[in-house]
Amino acid sequence: MLEWRRRREPSKAMLYLSPLIAIGLTMLTGMLIFGAIGYDGLRAVTAIFVTPLLEPQRWADLGVKAAPLIMIALGLAIGFRANVWNIGAEGQYVMGAIAGTGVALLTHDMTGWWILPAMALAGIAGGAAYAALPALLKVRLQVSEILTSLMLTYVAVQFLYYLVRGPWKDPDGFNFPQTKMFSASQTLPAVAEGSLVHLGVPLAILLALVAWFVLGKTVAGYAVRVVGRAPAAARYGGFDANRVTWAALLAGGGLAGLAGLLEAAGPFGQLTPQFPVGYGFTAIIVAFLGRLSPPGIVFGALVLAVTYVGGEIAQSTVRLPAAATGMFQALLLFFLLATDVLVRYRLAWKARPARSAP
Amino acid sequence: MTQPPEQTAPSRLALAHVSKSFPGVKANQDISLAVRPGEIHALLGENGAGKSTLVKIIYGVQRADEGQVSFDGRPVEIASPKAARKLGIGMVFQHFSLFDGMTVLENIALGLDETVPAEELKARIKAILDSYSLPLDPDREVHTLSVGERQRIEIVRCLLQKPKLLIMDEPTSVLTPQEVERLFETLRQIAREGCSILYISHKLHEIKALCEAATILRAGRVVAACDPRIETTQHMAELMIGAELKHLQRPAASKQGAARLSVERLDMPGEPPFGTSLKGISFSAQAGEILGIAGVAGNGQAELLLALSGEHLASRNEAIKLDGRPIGLADAGARRSAGLACVPEERNGHAAVPDFSLAENVVLTARHRLPLAPSGLIRQGAVERYAGEVIARFDVRTTGPAALAGSLSGGNLQKFIMGREIGQRPDVLVVAQPTWGVDAGAAAAIRQALVDLAAQGSAIVVISQDLDELLELSDRLCVINEGRLSQARPVAGLKLEEIGLMMGGIHGESHEAEPAHA
Amino acid sequence: MTAAILVSIFMTLAAAATPILLAALGELVTEKAGVLNLGVEGMMLCGAVAGFAVAYSTGSVPLGLIAATLAGVAAAMIFALLTLGLGSNQVATGLALTIFGIGASSLIGAGFVGRTIERLGPLFPADYAAHPWLRLVFGHDAIVYLSLALVLAVSLFLRRTKAGLILRAVGENADSAHAIGYRVLAIRTSATAFGGALAGLGGAYFSLALTPMWADRLTAGRGWIALALVVFAAWKPGRLLIGAYLFGAVATFELQAKAAGLSFIAPEVLAMTPYLATIVVLTMMSLGRRTGGRDAPACLGKPFPAQ
Repeated sequence: MLEWRRRREPSKAMLYLSPLIAIGLTMLTGMLIFGAIGYDGLRAVTAIFVTPLLEPQRWADLGVKAAPLIMIALGLAIGFRANVWNIGAEGQYVMGAIAGTGVALLTHDMTGWWILPAMALAGIAGGAAYAALPALLKVRLQVSEILTSLMLTYVAVQFLYYLVRGPWKDPDGFNFPQTKMFSASQTLPAVAEGSLVHLGVPLAILLALVAWFVLGKTVAGYAVRVVGRAPAAARYGGFDANRVTWAALLAGGGLAGLAGLLEAAGPFGQLTPQFPVGYGFTAIIVAFLGRLSPPGIVFGALVLAVTYVGGEIAQSTVRLPAAATGMFQALLLFFLLATDVLVRYRLAWKARPARSAP
Repeated sequence: MTQPPEQTAPSRLALAHVSKSFPGVKANQDISLAVRPGEIHALLGENGAGKSTLVKIIYGVQRADEGQVSFDGRPVEIASPKAARKLGIGMVFQHFSLFDGMTVLENIALGLDETVPAEELKARIKAILDSYSLPLDPDREVHTLSVGERQRIEIVRCLLQKPKLLIMDEPTSVLTPQEVERLFETLRQIAREGCSILYISHKLHEIKALCEAATILRAGRVVAACDPRIETTQHMAELMIGAELKHLQRPAASKQGAARLSVERLDMPGEPPFGTSLKGISFSAQAGEILGIAGVAGNGQAELLLALSGEHLASRNEAIKLDGRPIGLADAGARRSAGLACVPEERNGHAAVPDFSLAENVVLTARHRLPLAPSGLIRQGAVERYAGEVIARFDVRTTGPAALAGSLSGGNLQKFIMGREIGQRPDVLVVAQPTWGVDAGAAAAIRQALVDLAAQGSAIVVISQDLDELLELSDRLCVINEGRLSQARPVAGLKLEEIGLMMGGIHGESHEAEPAHA
Repeated sequence: MTAAILVSIFMTLAAAATPILLAALGELVTEKAGVLNLGVEGMMLCGAVAGFAVAYSTGSVPLGLIAATLAGVAAAMIFALLTLGLGSNQVATGLALTIFGIGASSLIGAGFVGRTIERLGPLFPADYAAHPWLRLVFGHDAIVYLSLALVLAVSLFLRRTKAGLILRAVGENADSAHAIGYRVLAIRTSATAFGGALAGLGGAYFSLALTPMWADRLTAGRGWIALALVVFAAWKPGRLLIGAYLFGAVATFELQAKAAGLSFIAPEVLAMTPYLATIVVLTMMSLGRRTGGRDAPACLGKPFPAQ
């Protein structure tokens, strides 16, 4: 019989290995499930997890999909480390895009280098402001930020619908519910001529580096970690949990808002009802896959970007339904949480209980 | 007195060659012992000797890897506490297995294996309370009770099952001297009625006063079995510790100076739901002295420490003064910078973060007085150097500054924490339960370090439930009871009975005096 | 005439309240045992899709309801395996369960989008409810009655039975319960399963009774509102009933206002009301509770054994 044995110290190796094991188990389980319901399981899994990496023309798309995931997940990871469960990043992402789009619509007839930075600032401010309400309620009244941030996501999406169907509807848009297309000064430039990869991609990597430094090397980062791990010890050490809660939610909201604006000013170029694609929720998986550490998050975002791109490939090649991508992502999170046990425990053969002879 | 049982009567409980291991520790090795019917048998050993594990095996909480347990002469497999109770084994835990938000009655019902209607259960409880003259109100919620009263719940819970063997795990650590005497009377009465008692403790004078037989454990093994009524305390202590007792080196005459910490009329409401409020606390601690604060657990000790450390702020700045400067409204970091260091009782998750390395745990409190993170950037080299110094100076057994705090034994972690604070040369050090759960060697080292720090001119406040420790360490002693602090009195010439009365005598007596409810 | 309208509004209200009441009641029991399962939304979606799939393919709504209940239990067991078996973080696992429920329901439901079934009808024959006022009593479907009976049953179970006492004890102090000899993990697993069963049933109420048609994510965040309702109810079944029916009133207002074509309020703004109302209610609860006292089970969300 196998049994779990507690390790004396958490295993460093498993800390890095268990996400890989989880990916492997996800592929295996996905193959079995989709095989069982009548698809070619092996081809489906290959299309989702491997094909995007083998085809260089898809790499740009991977970067574009990974960038918002990195930014949102960085903010979420700061929160999760501090035990602040902001799960409304999707709402903050939408609000950031709305705020930035507001600036875009105001400056639609203008040109200048300053317009895009102004939109980005508005995006950050919009997302942060939208996260400020859960922060205020949490700090002042101990209302669970889990519920408030999530409720606000539904509100933000409805608000987006209202704007694109109502006041912000493009008058020349054949009555489609969408805003005007952004002008050239309002659209993210590509990193290289003709490339799909926009400025947001290197920016996401840069932000990951900054977050890595702040979390690991500064007293502020220490405060975030200690408040989450041991709140009583944090208070004893002179750290203010409320300030950390504020910082975590504002950072999370700001990063999600920035991601939203970059998505609006990049791939979308306008706001439409299809804008909320669930990056705010997928980023939760990214944050855990990356073990809440910035370098890990860059890796995690790439993996999830692969499943998005691969999901599209599988739709055309194996006729897998679009929802299959979501299933794979959820399975991945389950296996991640499950294999986490390997960090603290190891499997060992159970020693036979010795029977004392009479 | 107990009848000497006939030679032919089987032992109530017999252990033969019992062993149990955990990863990295052999908690019990080849343990054999026998308890006769009606005997009060001491299981003696210092912290970490393996007493708790052994008791958990007997009560079915854990299973032995090897060995045989017999009850009334028959070999038994005790798979669960339920099975233990079925055999007639009852247990009073050191950390009570009670539910604070529920009533006494509900707590007792939970401890019974059969379902008894509330009214009938009340009657049965009353019968037991009467026959042992124990005061307890079945309708009160547990969080409103004193620790002594809570212990009575556990005892009643056991007695309702008419046990043949009662296990008492460190039962006196939470009682006043008067309550201890009262408990012993109850235990003697229970034993006279034929129930055996396995009494776990490390307090030798109690064992001499109560027990007829003793098994001494050290490092997981039986090192001796003796009759504590005959054996000397000194010899039992040496058997228990495995070395000669080390006595505290005190400076010839403690030179006491000006008041360094003074607290005046400190009030603080208790934290909901179950906190104790501090009411008009006043005291002062002088340079070079160790002031002891005694009291039964839950009388405001935790709150007092939080109020002094700055984790809870006072309502007036003048309520707490450090060398004359008011600091009542200063936060924990500011107080530490000013020279006031505190060490709370709970090591894991309060004084230290178990899943942080020792180096990271240094940053927690030492960054204010030492240049570990000027301008907000942590200087890794300086942090590791200081952690290394603490480890070396206080003989912390570990692999180095990178080891996780949670991987250290209780005694080693406590030495590290004390070292971390003392190394910052605080003007005032407030410590709660400095040697709680710590082995004798580490405890002696910690006490010596406190004495040495005082000798250098710091003022030290020790909040502890261990009276023996306070009497050994302190120059003056005061008592905290229900959130109020008594006048401090010089330890020399203080009688145990007096301290006991200051601690509140026997808690819960007053409730009995109130008219009984319908 | 006005009586008929009032009765009809109340019928809508009861129907809107029922799925949330069920899900919240299940979660209440789960939380009383100390387990915080944030995956209510996911379990509801699993129930909704399983119920619809079975009802659609067998033509039997009762079979659909049973399937939904079982699907809810199955989803809850994934959660129990991870959090109770492998000690994973309850908040994270609850989120994972919701993400899973969304993915699984939309995958399974992909083939059913737009398909309709015969909806769950009233329990009693129509002539019992001929008069409008009688309809108030006899006009509901079986699940409405079941949900009300369950509120009473859970309330009695928690307050009056030994098993209920044990369940509360496990949520109050798992270490003590373990020391006395109760099987903490087994009790918590059962409570989690019960929560899953009711969430599954509540989810199926959407797809089999409210809108007898499959649509993606048709629970629209009601599982999260059920979680908020447990907080609102201070973990008391009676107050849960009040809360659910209040929520039903808000939802009915939204529907009625839309139907009446109140042109000065945008439909999107109406659609926000349940979520905003939830935030307002949570805030008011906190304001009211600041004087102290403790409602939540002391061990809620804490892992056992402690890490």
